[in-house]
Amino acid sequence: MAEPDQSVLAIEKLSKSFQNTAVLTNIDLAIAEGSFLVLVGPSGCGKSTLLNCIAGLEEPSSGRILIGGRDMTGVPPKDRDIAMVFQSYALYPRMSVAKNITFGMQVRGATRAEQKSALERVSGMLKIDHLLERRPAQLSGGQRQRVAMGRALVREPRLFLFDEPLSNLDAKLRVEMRAEIKRLHQRLGASIVYVTHDQTEAMSLATEVAVMEGGIIVQRGPPQEVYDYPVNTFVAGFIGSPAMNFIEGHIRKDGGAVRIEIPFDGKTMAVPAEHYPFVGSTEDGTKVILGIRPEYVTGRDRASGDEEVSLELVPTLVETNGFDQHVNLAFGPAEISGRFSPREQIEIGTPLPTRIDLSQMSVFDRKTGMRL
Amino acid sequence: MSAWLTRHIPKIAVAPSLAAVLFFVYGFIAWTGYVSLTRSRILPRYQLEGLDQYAKLFRTPRWDVAMENLLVFGVLFIAVSVALGLLLAILLDQRIRAEGAIRTVYLYPMALSFIVTGTAWKWILNPGLGIEAVVRSWGWEDFRFGWLVDPELAIYTVVIAGVWQASGFVMALFLAGLRSVDQEIIKAAMVDGVSLPRIYASIIIPSLSPVFLSAIIVLAHLAIKSFDLVIALTGGGPGYATDLPATYMYAMAFSRGDLGQAAASATVMLMTVAAIIIPYLYSQLRQSHD
Repeated sequence: MAEPDQSVLAIEKLSKSFQNTAVLTNIDLAIAEGSFLVLVGPSGCGKSTLLNCIAGLEEPSSGRILIGGRDMTGVPPKDRDIAMVFQSYALYPRMSVAKNITFGMQVRGATRAEQKSALERVSGMLKIDHLLERRPAQLSGGQRQRVAMGRALVREPRLFLFDEPLSNLDAKLRVEMRAEIKRLHQRLGASIVYVTHDQTEAMSLATEVAVMEGGIIVQRGPPQEVYDYPVNTFVAGFIGSPAMNFIEGHIRKDGGAVRIEIPFDGKTMAVPAEHYPFVGSTEDGTKVILGIRPEYVTGRDRASGDEEVSLELVPTLVETNGFDQHVNLAFGPAEISGRFSPREQIEIGTPLPTRIDLSQMSVFDRKTGMRL
Repeated sequence: MSAWLTRHIPKIAVAPSLAAVLFFVYGFIAWTGYVSLTRSRILPRYQLEGLDQYAKLFRTPRWDVAMENLLVFGVLFIAVSVALGLLLAILLDQRIRAEGAIRTVYLYPMALSFIVTGTAWKWILNPGLGIEAVVRSWGWEDFRFGWLVDPELAIYTVVIAGVWQASGFVMALFLAGLRSVDQEIIKAAMVDGVSLPRIYASIIIPSLSPVFLSAIIVLAHLAIKSFDLVIALTGGGPGYATDLPATYMYAMAFSRGDLGQAAASATVMLMTVAAIIIPYLYSQLRQSHD
């Protein structure tokens, strides 16, 4: 963990339970100045509760929260040096856009001149100058989101908190606003904690991702690391779309050689695993799950690494999106998905030469789900 | 035949009630309007005499008292009910325990007839029976609470009883409005550093303006048509100190034998209600077309 004076936010052994239901268990988390941390997980994993605890909108049952090195546990939200953007935008309905942005400043006792200059700065940055006299009801979703961000920006806080800010927008606008938030982060170098259930959003925004499940942080790291080295089958399946392929097999140790044997078509397919970076020691016969991302299941005309197997698999479903063909292939009783070049001729039912690149595979224990 | 039936059965089903409404409501409104232009006494006479009844109505001191009472009662009843209802709703909105039970307790008076409310408050406020007698029996021999029998103050007892009955209902309206306020707005305001009273004053209550409108419309029409409450509580007395237009009309029609005068007062009441309801309906209908 970073030193308290270096990290803008530090959470120590935080737990939260409602009545007897534990929502968060023993969370430890620290983020450095300027990082963009995305808390991602399915609904009910506790990510919003954690954000509310950071904001001071909910009291943790135990543990400490430090913001900018100061212990903020029990400090009311307004004194935590934070600003928050909400999913529903949470604009004050009877106030104009300008008033929405400056109301907090006014309450905190800023002078008119200060309010005016802050408003000008922020509205220029977010390109909402022409909307300042309107009411929230007269704005589109994207405009409301900009106003909500403006309200956060005028505070110039140590830490920005975002609670699923893009979930209420339509797909196109979501991508636009996502880029906008990213650009804002790059420009201001602000420290951000951002909650979402959308792993695409997490991957594209974060400098660091924390994947949550059942009230704990399962894995934390840079997006690429979480993508390439998921710690368990939950993270592996949650991050990445289409989801990672899971193939059952078992470990076979033969002297120094390590293989993973996969029953396939009545035969046994052996996958060499000499170069696989096993986390711990493994035993002969351990039942495992092999995880392979769909982009490593490709056709003839795509470049592939040297650790690969070639198979003939029967396509069962083809989805085209213009730059890729996403194909489901029968693999024994199960199916795996792969990404093929858009130029490849694919017919349902006709065996398709398929290459599986194993250099980027993950191996999980079938019993515990943990990465091996 | 069956196709014809399918097409027309809705109309046939609605026709009797439509006919009844047309006749008993709009027919009698028209009849009352007509009678108000005649010199009818105990029995209607159908000879038109112009606006004499209205001229007489506006010359009558008792009608002035009734209209003044309506103003005092209406304004106080609406203002106090709204203020009290809003306050109760805000207090009840603090996620307190046993909220359901408390809500029912406050809402229950609305389930009572105004006759029951009036009678109960007549006993409570009666100097010989109610509060005054009780406080005196505790030893404060000089205690006086005789509003019910004071011609100047009796109208305020009607306000008390009316508020007691209606404020729970207003509370339910406001509570529903408060519950529909986005909780994230409150959270955002807390992060912004707005104090809780200020959140209510500057953000939540202004967003309840449609509820204010509904509450005021409902209360206004209750106030204008309130008749049973006054009859049960004060009987219009002492003297005619607590007369309202409705009790005035009743007295004219059924004890003074002056149908023309009653019809004229009824027509004025209808105009008063229409002046409030029609703009409201107009705004509501226009909204639903948007």
